Amino acid sequence: MKKPQMLLFFSNGLKPKFLKAFKRPITGDYAFKLITGAFASAILLILGLMAYSLAEGSRPSIQRFGISFLFGTKWDPAISQVFGALPLILGTLTTSAIALLIGVPISIGIGLALSEYMPRELSFVISFLVELLAAIPSVIYGLWGIFTLIPFLRNNVYPYVQSVLGFIPLFSGPIYGGGVLTGGIILAIMIIPIVSAVSRDAFSAVPNTIREAMISLGATKWETVKTVISCARAGVTGAVILGLGRAVGETMAITMVIGNKFQFLPSSLFDAWHTMAAIIANEFTEATYELYSSALIEVGLVLFLVTLAINITARLLLWRSLRFVRGIVMM
Amino acid sequence: MISYNLRKLKSGLMQALVWLALIMALIPLFSIILEVVLKGASSINIDFLTKPTPTVGEVGGGAANAIQGTLITIGLASLVGIPVGLMSGIFLSEYSEARLSYAIRFFNDVLSGFPSIVIGIFGYTLIVLSFGFSVIAAAFALSIIVIPIVTRTTEEALKLVPLTVREAAISLGIPRWKTTVSVVLNAARKGIVTGVLLSFARIAGESAPVLITMGYWRWWFAGLDKPVANLALNVYIFAISPFENWRALAWGSSLVLIVLVLGANVLVRILTRERY
Amino acid sequence: MTTSNEKEKRKQLEAVAKVELPVFASPYKFELEGLNAWFGTKQVLKDINMKIKDRTVTAIIGPSGCGKTTLIRCLNRMHEVVPKARVSGRVLFNGVDIYNGNVDPVQIRRKIGMIFQKPNPFPMMSIYDNVAAGLKLNGIRDKKVLSPIVERSLRMAGLWEEVKDELDKPGVSLSGGQQQRLCIARALAVEPEVILMDEPTSALDPIASSRIEMLIRTLAKDYTVVIVTHNMQQAARISDFTAFLFLGELIEYGPTDQIFENPKNELTEKYITGKFG
Repeated sequence: MKKPQMLLFFSNGLKPKFLKAFKRPITGDYAFKLITGAFASAILLILGLMAYSLAEGSRPSIQRFGISFLFGTKWDPAISQVFGALPLILGTLTTSAIALLIGVPISIGIGLALSEYMPRELSFVISFLVELLAAIPSVIYGLWGIFTLIPFLRNNVYPYVQSVLGFIPLFSGPIYGGGVLTGGIILAIMIIPIVSAVSRDAFSAVPNTIREAMISLGATKWETVKTVISCARAGVTGAVILGLGRAVGETMAITMVIGNKFQFLPSSLFDAWHTMAAIIANEFTEATYELYSSALIEVGLVLFLVTLAINITARLLLWRSLRFVRGIVMM
Repeated sequence: MISYNLRKLKSGLMQALVWLALIMALIPLFSIILEVVLKGASSINIDFLTKPTPTVGEVGGGAANAIQGTLITIGLASLVGIPVGLMSGIFLSEYSEARLSYAIRFFNDVLSGFPSIVIGIFGYTLIVLSFGFSVIAAAFALSIIVIPIVTRTTEEALKLVPLTVREAAISLGIPRWKTTVSVVLNAARKGIVTGVLLSFARIAGESAPVLITMGYWRWWFAGLDKPVANLALNVYIFAISPFENWRALAWGSSLVLIVLVLGANVLVRILTRERY
Repeated sequence: MTTSNEKEKRKQLEAVAKVELPVFASPYKFELEGLNAWFGTKQVLKDINMKIKDRTVTAIIGPSGCGKTTLIRCLNRMHEVVPKARVSGRVLFNGVDIYNGNVDPVQIRRKIGMIFQKPNPFPMMSIYDNVAAGLKLNGIRDKKVLSPIVERSLRMAGLWEEVKDELDKPGVSLSGGQQQRLCIARALAVEPEVILMDEPTSALDPIASSRIEMLIRTLAKDYTVVIVTHNMQQAARISDFTAFLFLGELIEYGPTDQIFENPKNELTEKYITGKFG
């Protein structure tokens, strides 16, 4: 057993008398482990505290509305002071679904391009470009959404879509440029970096022996790639779930293009709507009484729980299959 | 029954689709950067860099106070976030097989994927309710975004330091903790710096938590218990405003943010590439 | 199972999976003329000239890094799959240069199967699906057509009796030796003319190895086998012809008996008697 070293983390050689009172010898290493461990555990503390404070803040609203908050369709802060989150949940789900529908195929295509169809040097450069998409702040997406995307869609895309598909109620109705579909599109762009990066890693992780086996059987490039995809199933699924988590939590960009209209159901994909994250951003600073802000916090709580579930599921899937460490994963 | 030519055709088609997907992702990237540069460049002038945000109806104005405010906020958030992240990263890499480490690593990843608005609400309930809308509250919320980033990149950077470095130090009789602090940390400094840079870039662009914990502020720094102006938040406020000069400020602020953020990312890439 | 029924099915298969490679009459399955191969700037094969007869077993021996694996990978155009890999010279397969610009490497690989050093069955597929993998590429989905071929391939690979009741189990659940035989069955299922083997037994235990060796002798009746091995005794046991490669050059090539008992080249003799390598 080593002689107790009174070395403290602060290497000025102080030997405070109170340390002698500890029965266990305080070695420098042990103190180091304690201190760094304490800081590291702060992360767990933060998560716990977050859950607690969100629950606490939601209490007035929970007590008032109970479970019907999740199914309520009225949001009236001014007169009846009744709050219901169902349209918000639907709005979040719908825009996220659109985002996945559009974004996932593109992202998988990119992941394949980077992993299977490009030499390593080129892949490095293009990966960087795709990752830049992730670095762009959400508000700038929103700004671009308002002044570039919306006019473009309103003038060049939506009219054609409506002329072809207008007979379906989803695609009928007035076009003002923003709305549900636009929200989905901008979310799709925002999830591309993470879904494609994780997919690319999943594909790259497939051992080369698999590709060689397919090639030696006389498979075409695409047939070989198909086999790689099916080997990387778990990783790609994790990537998609991470993308979903990103889409669900996105706030600024979506609130700037979706129209922020609280209604049970929009009249079409071109109509305005609302999401959980967007309503918080929009109304939080205007919540003048406790029940109002509590309702908004409760929406935040729902968002918290949903994101928690999504993230845990994704990480569990990826944890087992990929054990990789990437900066881009932190979105 | 598939003929060979059909298979070849299919393969070629899928290859074309894959490249199309890539182009479809790069188009918005270039569009955004181009728009911001084109529309924002005209706003960057001396006024922009020296005058504070204009009031309603005032002509001109600048984003100087927003730049000041953003820098202060980043600084404060880093004050808390970086040490915690550093220590956590050190713990995770030094005691990487402990059960606690697995838990922390897992939940750190989970935390990093959280919507920033939820983190903002956390900042609100914890600090704003007792302390008021303030830069402290915003810095607190942003530090929660910093911590997972710095933790992760620090752990990565430390793990990359070869065992031989550690062994050399220990063989000289330096205790383990000192080895980590003086020798290994030093060897990993490039990776750690890149993590810090990434966290700066990330929180510079965050507006949702700032909105909830601080709100819009038109003046210069006025105390830790008051809000400060924020570039990212201003982009939001001004973008949806009816005033021409405000909107110009939105584009100008976006340009500053884009340069900062993309610049940091390019820098990080350059720094990490040297490792190859 | 009537022969005419089987003939009918085979006709179906041939019509569907017709590989349009021209064939010229030639006594040799392979003729290598001035074959050179590079990885980037590093030359790994220098001016290889040799002729390989049909339905023989040819062993390629030599010390590590001499280019043995590269040589056989040039035979089915797998070498060029690696980035920065390059080939010059001619490789005539059935009298036709496979490096001629008009020939599609994908079609070559149907006719020339390959077994790798480490068995590589597809992890997400069952034993049945593994063997059928090559056939499914050609669009053959009908189990009535697939199953007899799967059975025949597994029998030829000497694996049928051991797995016939467990065809749905994952391919990776088998032992190392069984996995390698599974890979052989998979390669046989697409009815190649040649089987290339890259040190097929080096990752296996002696019992599994000898089973594969016996298998190779049986296969030689219907296929041309080219096997790379670092095990000289193995080469002496199973091959009809042996080629000795050293530092990318073909030092000596001839009937196995002659190479081992009466090597013409001093270097060959040194290697065989274990003086180096």
